[in-house]
Amino acid sequence: MGKTIVEKILNHAAGTTDDRAGEIVSAKVSRVMTNDAVAELTIEALNAMGKPPWNKDRIAVILDHYIPATTENAARIHKIMRDFTKEHNLHLFDQKGVCHQVMLENFVRPGDVIIGTDSHTCTYGGLGAFATGVGSTDGAAAMATGEIWLKIPETIRVELTGKLPEHVHPKDLILKVIGDLGADGATYKALQFSGQGAASISNAGRFTMCNMAIEAGAKTGIFEPDAVTAEYFKGQNNQGLFFKSDPDATYCKTMPVDLNRLTPRVARPWSVDDVVPVDTVQQIKIDQAFIGSCTNGRMEDLRIAARVLKGNKVASGVRLLVTPASDRIYRQCLEEKLMDIFIQAGAVICNPGCSACFGGQGMLWDGEVCIGTHNRNFRGRMGHKDAKVYLASPETVAISAITGHITDPRQ
Amino acid sequence: MKMIHGNIWKFGDGIDTDIIIPARHLVLPMEEMKKYAMEPLDPEFAGRVQPGDVIVAGRNFGCGSSREQAPAVLKALGIKAVVAKSFARIFFRNAINLGLVVVECPELADHVQTGNVIDIDPVAGKIRLPKQALEFSGSKLPDFLMEILAAGGLIAHLAQRG
Repeated sequence: MGKTIVEKILNHAAGTTDDRAGEIVSAKVSRVMTNDAVAELTIEALNAMGKPPWNKDRIAVILDHYIPATTENAARIHKIMRDFTKEHNLHLFDQKGVCHQVMLENFVRPGDVIIGTDSHTCTYGGLGAFATGVGSTDGAAAMATGEIWLKIPETIRVELTGKLPEHVHPKDLILKVIGDLGADGATYKALQFSGQGAASISNAGRFTMCNMAIEAGAKTGIFEPDAVTAEYFKGQNNQGLFFKSDPDATYCKTMPVDLNRLTPRVARPWSVDDVVPVDTVQQIKIDQAFIGSCTNGRMEDLRIAARVLKGNKVASGVRLLVTPASDRIYRQCLEEKLMDIFIQAGAVICNPGCSACFGGQGMLWDGEVCIGTHNRNFRGRMGHKDAKVYLASPETVAISAITGHITDPRQ
Repeated sequence: MKMIHGNIWKFGDGIDTDIIIPARHLVLPMEEMKKYAMEPLDPEFAGRVQPGDVIVAGRNFGCGSSREQAPAVLKALGIKAVVAKSFARIFFRNAINLGLVVVECPELADHVQTGNVIDIDPVAGKIRLPKQALEFSGSKLPDFLMEILAAGGLIAHLAQRG
């Protein structure tokens, strides 16, 4: 009987050969990541365990949520993190961008097992790694031992056929999948994106999709590494291990999606699984538009936004925030003169980081409406409990910023 | 493990981590942070909750972020257990790692109100509502997770094992 890619990676990491979904393994981890939202508890837990980090080269400590320090307490935690990394000589990324983008740019390899103390760690599945988010205690235990116990998840296979039509993006696709599965539809499971249609999805698109696997409750999202993945590592010596699911692997569910028939979607407040076609919510007036985050703050996303915004102005009364996901992307935007386009359109460019996604900046007041490219629209996440947040693709958000209301990009 | 006896705070479906503890408060010291637990839904919750109280909720409790501050603020307020129709995966694991009792019980939430009294036997997964004379069977943890819970969390468990 064949194995899924997730079964193969976890067997490889556990030193076992035939463990299957449902079995618990102790897996060796390739990397551990933590960030400033949870670092204090993580460092406290590690200290309580009385052990030093197991491998200084394999741990990344990233300041991305409250940067530059937004409050006195943020500054306190940043100081704790800087001191901790100095003491143990760990990798420190100090205000260089969202942790997940930093990890993708520096560390993630196909076949890795990566543990991060952030739920969107699942993003790295876009490169064929098994990556999952944990809390501070589990993160600290992984830092101390280089291992973690995991139940090998069953896998839902999302079978992609066809090709995304013009104006329809990987964000629309993952919103559809989450809408169909529900916010707990993949709890304890892996979400594997495969099929002939997968080859037409770029690496950035794959990151967007795997990033949001957690919004259906999934333990991870994953693509089987292929020629698109190889392109990401072109010219690099270490390209990782390209595991693929066997043709006779067992799935707990298969979900076919015809990309040709997909249309632009939005998730309505206050649940990521409340997904509707964008044309059903047109005319909803917006106060703020946000383009950025670990979901959609990459070059591909910013180029799409720039194409829409070029020569246009943000609607009167609307605030547009653009946040590149990393400093590398920020510099690339400058080189490609995208920043000129954003600024001329009337956008505010924010420093690379988590930004408005969780209310780190660009917060909303009572009754205000935001449309954003990020991953969560929970009540109160971006400010007032009665503010409303819609999630959409970069193209839908950019066009909505110009018109001042939610707008179908196909028009 | 000790039996739990306390008053219920009832919440609905899909209580996410941004409700349990909004992200803007995550950098506060715990004694400050706990005052904001459940703030978006019930700003008075943290001030009125009593040590020994129990949360009963609907589906997918704790969905969203991996922040361990979510079970940590509930524990810091003295909440002894969360009984939900279902839990999000990371919250469930974090709660056990902190020694906070979590029980899955699909029926309970439909039979209780805030203020009702509840008895929980965490080892057997048995739940009783003495006033209503109702009993429910909840989930039982695998032995190795029960050991972590009984020790008071993963760190205490590791220390016990040496």
